[in-house]
Amino acid sequence: MAKRDELIPLYRQLHLIRRFEEEAARAYAKGRIGGFLHLYIGQEAVAVGANAALRADDYVFQTYRDHGTALARGSSPRACMAELYGKDAGCSRGLGGSMHFFDVANNFYGGYGIIGGHVALAAGAAYKSKYAGDDRIAMCFLGDGATNIGGFHEGMSLAGLWKLPLVVVIENNAYAMGTPMSRTTAVTDFTTKAVGYGMASDRFDGHDVRVVQEHMAKAIDRARSGGGPTLLEVMTYRFRGHSMSDPGKYRTKEELEERKKRDPVKLARQALLDLGMNEEDIAALDAEVEAEVQDAVDFAENAEPAKAEAMWQTVMAPEDL
Amino acid sequence: MRTIRYRDAVREAIAEEMERDERVLIMGEEVGHYQGAYKVTEGLLDRFTDKRVIDTPIAEAGFAGIGIGAAMVGLRPIVEFMTWNFSFVAFDQIVQNAAKIHQMSGGQISVPIVFRGPNGAARQVSSQHSHAVEPFYCSVPGMYVVAPSTPRDVKGLLKTSIRSNNPVIFLEGETIYGVKGEVPDLPEDGADGELIAFGKARIAREGTDCTIVTWGSPYYTVLEAAEVLAKEGIECEVVDPRTIRPLDVDTIVKSVEKTNRCVVVHEHWPYGGPGAEIVDQVQSRAFDYLDAPIGRVAGLDVPMPYATNLEETVLPTVERVIDAVKGVTYRS
Repeated sequence: MAKRDELIPLYRQLHLIRRFEEEAARAYAKGRIGGFLHLYIGQEAVAVGANAALRADDYVFQTYRDHGTALARGSSPRACMAELYGKDAGCSRGLGGSMHFFDVANNFYGGYGIIGGHVALAAGAAYKSKYAGDDRIAMCFLGDGATNIGGFHEGMSLAGLWKLPLVVVIENNAYAMGTPMSRTTAVTDFTTKAVGYGMASDRFDGHDVRVVQEHMAKAIDRARSGGGPTLLEVMTYRFRGHSMSDPGKYRTKEELEERKKRDPVKLARQALLDLGMNEEDIAALDAEVEAEVQDAVDFAENAEPAKAEAMWQTVMAPEDL
Repeated sequence: MRTIRYRDAVREAIAEEMERDERVLIMGEEVGHYQGAYKVTEGLLDRFTDKRVIDTPIAEAGFAGIGIGAAMVGLRPIVEFMTWNFSFVAFDQIVQNAAKIHQMSGGQISVPIVFRGPNGAARQVSSQHSHAVEPFYCSVPGMYVVAPSTPRDVKGLLKTSIRSNNPVIFLEGETIYGVKGEVPDLPEDGADGELIAFGKARIAREGTDCTIVTWGSPYYTVLEAAEVLAKEGIECEVVDPRTIRPLDVDTIVKSVEKTNRCVVVHEHWPYGGPGAEIVDQVQSRAFDYLDAPIGRVAGLDVPMPYATNLEETVLPTVERVIDAVKGVTYRS
């Protein structure tokens, strides 16, 4: 019973993120959303499992593939969908878009389009905790591709040197855009990198949300109790292209079908059934999610456009000199 | 008033603001145990401990990023670049993160951080260590760019920069760290001391015949040229904008309305940059007052050579300033 009750909200989040993004993709296809749209479909258990292990006041940083992480942190689907639509009610007032969701109220410190450097930003938030003597930790997500850029190295190097309360999560989805790992990096076990930074590490499957939560909790506890940073490599897979413009010709249909057998949303659903939840109750949960996503789309469709006033007012922060 | 060196004025500003606000810290290469590559941070480690005076490895992108991240959640870091030449490896952090985060978060997050260090050529340090970087940074919305010339200005503007809620690019002059000048007496305990506002130019010398706009190290070259020109009967008005962004166009234009001539003198390369921006602002706002095309004296359009005879010709010289002023006043 306890296990089932714990899993229900996680399943709900997984399903919400999945349905949110499916509707975002639909809106994109209809031309309602522009720019880039990088979907998290297939990787949802990483963000949801991580969030289940985090405290609400911990700091979270992500790359441009940020919708799932923001929603897992508790951002409202309305504000997220409105951001994709470029509306003033969006989580970044229509000024950031898909790649730059921010929600400080839920301690989601952003999606970053230029990857690698955001590791140092997260380390900076962790630095504040050490400086202030509080126990808030920072978590930074990145893809396997981002481990090859210099910004990753410098952020990791300093986090290790200063023993910052940071958890770095490499979401290894096997492809850096369209290039497989075999052609981007010499050593494909990323945890080996942790040794050089003086960090602890862990490597685990990212499809079962409960497994993710369990492993995340250990790294988070280490950071919170003064044990320093951890590098985590989570084995995951994205079911869609790198972005909406990517037909995914670099991988076979068979590979994709094989991977979809371990769909994190389906796995969580099956786990609920195995734990004795009945189909009707799950369907009721799904209907709730469906209504919430549909409400988000309706809200975004009808919301006020982004405002020039907001654009000008946010170039510089107000001064109190 | 007292007379102190430029580098001491920088240090006083940092120390006073660290004393005043627990959230202020300084990090960079050799700022602590080594006492600062240019002795700017001398004594600060003893006074404020290694909690707040933090030596970093050679990793500008890393510690600039950590500074930005810490600023996003409430600290007020001062990030020292040993020289601004090293900032290019942190360009991504400064431009893509520090300058953008406030707006791309819809105004949710501010980034109160000061990036500071010596700017410009420093006598025979050659191609990779002689950049005047203001053109790279002043074109980016979301940051202030400050370039003080005198001890008083550097102190008052650095204090303001540390208290600002926004990222500040603070350009000190490598060749003017030893320059002496008057500054107000040390503030009583708990008092603020002098704060100088962004976007307010200072008239360094009054004159009626030609306005010269200049900042940073060339400021002293210009003052010397103005003395020579005065002996020949040409009175220059020297305007030091002090901050490149925001730029006090009003004060510059008001001066040009009086002198009807204008020369802009700067160390950075001639293609684009604040030199070109000032020319554009003046021509668009004071076109009817100009009796000659606006003159410009810039660093020559070459990477900085090592040989001293060549370096001297690349940087703005007294002679080139005199020639430019004579050109726009038709006295050549």
